[in-house]
Formats: sequence, structure tokens, C-alpha cells
Amino acid sequence: MAGGAPGGASKSEIYKGNGPKLLLPAWLFIGVFLVMPVAIMAIYSFLTKEFRGGVIWEFTLAAYDQFFLDRGLFGDEPPSIEWTYIGIFWRSIWQAGLATVLCLLIGFPTAWFIATRDVKARSVWLFLITVPYWVNLLIRTVSMKFLIRDTGPLNEFLLALGVIDTPLALVNTNFAVQLGLFYSYLPFMVLPIYAAVERYDFSMSEAAADLYASSWATLRLVILPVVKPGIVAGCILVFVPSLGAFLAPDLLGGAKTFMIGSLIEEQFKGAAGNWPFGAAASMILLTIVMGVLLVHARAQTKGER
Amino acid sequence: MADNAAPLTANAVEIDNVVKRYGFVTALHGVSMQIGDGEFFTLLGPSGCGKTTLLRCIAGFEDVSEGAIRLHGQDIAPLPPHKREVNTVFQQYALFPHMTVSQNTSFGLLRLGWSAADAEARAKQVLDLVQLGQFAERRPGQLSGGQQQRVALARALAPRPKVLLLDEPLSALDLKLRQAVRSELKAIQRETGIAFVFVTHDQEEALTMSDRIAVMSAGHVQQIGTPREIYEAPSNRFVADFIGETNLLDVTVSRVADGAAEILLPGGARLSCPAALGARVGQGHLSLRPERLGITISGQGQLQATVEDHVYLGTDTQLHMRLGSGEALVVRLQNGAGAIPERGARLGLEIEAGAARLLSD
Repeated sequence: MAGGAPGGASKSEIYKGNGPKLLLPAWLFIGVFLVMPVAIMAIYSFLTKEFRGGVIWEFTLAAYDQFFLDRGLFGDEPPSIEWTYIGIFWRSIWQAGLATVLCLLIGFPTAWFIATRDVKARSVWLFLITVPYWVNLLIRTVSMKFLIRDTGPLNEFLLALGVIDTPLALVNTNFAVQLGLFYSYLPFMVLPIYAAVERYDFSMSEAAADLYASSWATLRLVILPVVKPGIVAGCILVFVPSLGAFLAPDLLGGAKTFMIGSLIEEQFKGAAGNWPFGAAASMILLTIVMGVLLVHARAQTKGER
Repeated sequence: MADNAAPLTANAVEIDNVVKRYGFVTALHGVSMQIGDGEFFTLLGPSGCGKTTLLRCIAGFEDVSEGAIRLHGQDIAPLPPHKREVNTVFQQYALFPHMTVSQNTSFGLLRLGWSAADAEARAKQVLDLVQLGQFAERRPGQLSGGQQQRVALARALAPRPKVLLLDEPLSALDLKLRQAVRSELKAIQRETGIAFVFVTHDQEEALTMSDRIAVMSAGHVQQIGTPREIYEAPSNRFVADFIGETNLLDVTVSRVADGAAEILLPGGARLSCPAALGARVGQGHLSLRPERLGITISGQGQLQATVEDHVYLGTDTQLHMRLGSGEALVVRLQNGAGAIPERGARLGLEIEAGAARLLSD
């Protein structure tokens, strides 16, 4: 290679043959913080539960059996499909999906608004977006509960206006959980879309208009495809944590709004815990998430071609 | 090409007293011009002179504050950009990165309601015209700057606009490429017969490509004319200074009549020379083109000057000189024609026919 590094040796000479050595820190990091925890969970999901939490080193499929199959109260009936946990998963996916769509509908215009301000105003708006996140999520979720409870400011306000006669029962509903998820994860939608829109070259919109595209056609054919990576990143960043969230469903929801996050949390917390079952539920959740990401990655590479 | 372009029968664009204000700032002060059908028309001026603003007004990206813009006689001022039959080649190209070259090129056609097959055929035709036929399935990111520039041109030409607007399209290319693309662009303009409105700050580009040039400054049109008229008969001080190299001398004008003037030069010599419209008796500015000044031995010639420095430019040498009255002056001598005078030499200067012109302010 022409034009070597200042030391005389070119870059490629320094790197030659040392690739594996130089990658070691990265591999170590991934190994310790990603592969090992997941591997431990995967192994635990096949172990036998101990009565007061923890595991016994005997391999069994009991956790998965419990998740998918109903064998009656004493475990001696012919197996049928157990709908309880599948139902919880389905409700979680539905809630997380809805939260993602809501975040997108509110987050895209918000991000667009911020990205089209002048540079100084942008940093102020971005700062305002992140301000609530200096407060712990638990505190914010509890505050949300105070806000919407029967005697909370929202109901008081509506009662005072005369819009309603009796307080709206908002706490312990799907609506409350949805509100909590939406509120918790909205910035994760706004920030990646903001980054994409900020890089967007607005002369492309002018070019589209110049080439006879209406505003709607410009949005559909030029703007959305170009900022799509930001939208996809935002959707993943909202959907995935929403799916595993347990604070919002715990604090704002009730028994009828139980979500995966709470289910898993319960298995590891307290004496009633069942570690292998919690691990199995985690692995199933992980499989679903990986499946969604894989489908997306497939679609992406197909689009590139 | 005739020096005085034949009067063009139809006007592709008429700019009629257009004023553009941004708040308290006025970018265009009542600009008027007619651009003929099939004409290569250049808006030339320094940055901030309003040339790009005017182009954006024609394209519809800016509303005019006053005045009318007519396209083949029809007032287009109330129309949004996507309803105007003009297309633009953008300075940074603004190609759609997620579409292939072919999709970029047929974008406008599909919006106009062409069938997919017709649009594809037309895109292929235009891409062949700009010699990019074999790159139709590539994406803009896989092309060089010069190739991207051609895609931008093809995309804008495909819908056969009544006028093509070009906003400094060559400024992002390196010098070698820019010179090659210049003649190519001119050839494409002749071949398609579409009127081009070309914005540039580069006077060489303007002189080599244009049928006519409008020189603009500070939101005003300074002069409209063929490249030769603009260069040889600049109407005022700004045009003379902006186009090519020139020496501007403060002189005393004793008589102006019938486009000619009697002038008293610094140093006392008298000179008769052509005068621009609006030149007046009294104090005036004289333009002296450096390549049309001849050096003689001291004592001869209308001006006396001392050589302060020379700069070698390959084909020419530039002599930086100072007159007895203290004014600086540049003379260009062709290399190989004779010895170059030493620094400090006192010389006479002969003003050749066509070198001098009295300007209006």
C-alpha cells in the first residue's frame, strides 16, 4: 500500500497476521457479558427446580412442559395445550406492538420537528426530551399511577370540568399499562429517527417536488425510505424492552394485564420462585425476539439487492 | 456562433420585474430578463448576488414577492414546484440513494403518469445520451462524482422540461473533469434543444458555454449580453472587474458623445476610447485589459510606469507595475515574444485599440 503510517510500516503491515490477537478484547467482552449469561439461562432452563429457588443439577424438560402443556392439577391427566402462558406472551406481544406503533406515530413528527429546527434550538429540544430520564423509571412509573388514579389530578380535572360524573377507573387496565410503556420508551423512538432525519438532505425533497411528486408522494417515495433505518432502529428499541417490561405492568396493571416481564421476574424473586421455569420463559422470549430481528434482517438484505 | 445571437422568436422564460424579499432583506430588486427557447443562458455573479435565488424562484422553491415569471407565456408564479414544467440539476445532485440510476431517472416520468414500460424506455434513452447506459442498475453511492452529475442531468432531462435549471452543477467536480463536462453539457444542450438556465460564479464557465450571460450583483442585473459583449464591452465597473482581469483607472473625462469619450489619463496624455452607456463627463473609471497593453521604451506611449514584480504564468507573464501617479497596473505579456523587463525598469505603455473603455458607475 502506498502512503504508509508515520512509523514507516503501513497499516496493513501492522495488522497482518495479528487479527485474532487484536480482536481478543472484543471477543472477551462479548463472551463474558453476552454469551455466558445466555448460556447459563439456557442450561438452567433444562434443570430441575429446587423448592426455595435455585436449581438441582438434573436435566429435565419439565420447565418447557409446564409452559406449553396442561397435565391437570396433579399432573396425571392426558396432556392438553396450556393456554395461560401463551396467553400472557400473546398479550405482551400485542401490548409491545401497540406501544411501538404509538411511539412511532408520536415520535416521528416529534423527531421531524426537532431535526428541522436550527442547530441551537435542536440541542435544547433534545435536552428536554431526555430530562425525565434523569429520574428513575420506578419513580416515574409510580408518579404515573398517582397521576391517573381515581383521586389523581387527571380525574380531578375531568370531574371539575364536568366531562365525567364518576372517576375513570384507569389504574389496573390495559390502557394504564399501554400508557406506561409508551411513556417509558418514547425517547428510544425519537432519538434514532431524529438522527436519521438530521442527516436527511432536504434538497432531495426539493428534487422530488421538482420531478412532479406531490408532498404525499415525496414522503412515501423519498423521505420514508431514506430515513427507514432510523425508524426500524426506533421500533426495535421500543418493541424489545416493551416486550420484557415488568415495571409498568406491575405497577399500573393488575392480574388481567400480566406480561412476560412480570412472569419472569416472579420466578426469580422470592421463595415461590421457579428458576428453570423463569429461564425457559426467557429463552422462549429470546427466541421470539431473535426471530423478529432475523426476519427483519432478511427483508433488509433482500431490499438491498 | 454569431457574436450577436440571432433574435430568438419564442421566449422560454420571461422574468418580469421580479422582487424577492426575506423579511427586511431584499435578495432581488426588480429583475427582468427574457430567455429564448433553446438558449444556453447563464446567470453569473459572486455568491450572494441573487442568481441562485432567481433560479429557485423559477423552479418554485421560493415564492416571488413581486413581479411575474412566465413559462412559454403562462404565469407560473402561483404554481407549486411539482406543477411546473421545469426541472433542476442540483448543486449536490440530490440523487435518491435508495433507488437505482434507472429508477432515479424514471422518477419524474412515473409521477407524470407514464407507464412503467415507457418510463423505462425513456430512462434508457436519456442515460445513453449521458453515456451511463451500462450503469442503469447501480445505485448513486456506487458511482463517481462525475457519473452522479450525469445521473442528475439525465433525471432532469428525462421529462423533457420546457426549461432546464442548473445550479452550479460543475462546482463539485475537480478541474480536469469540469472542463470535459463543460463541452459535453453544451453538446447535450444543442442536441436536446431545451433552454438551459445555468447558474455559476465561474466567469470562464460562463464565457465558454453560454449563448447569453446575465451578470448579477447585489440583487440587480448588471448587464445581459453575449459572452463577447460582456467581455469586450462591459457596461459598468462591476462587470469589467468581475469578468476577466482588468485595470481600473480613475480618469478625467472631458467629452462623451456617440458612444465615444475624450479622456485625460494620469500623466497627462489624452485618449479617445469607446464609452459605456451612462458614462458622464467629469471623474470616471477607465477599464484597461492587461493583455492589450504593449510595452515600449520609456518616454513613448500614453502611460509611464515602473515594473515592481513579474509573475510567470506559463503562456504569459504578468507584470505588476506602478504609474507615476501611484496607481497599480497589471500588464500581460505573451512569453517567447521578447525579453521580460527587469524589476525597477521604467517603461512606456501603449494602449492598443480595444484595450480601453470608459465605464459607467
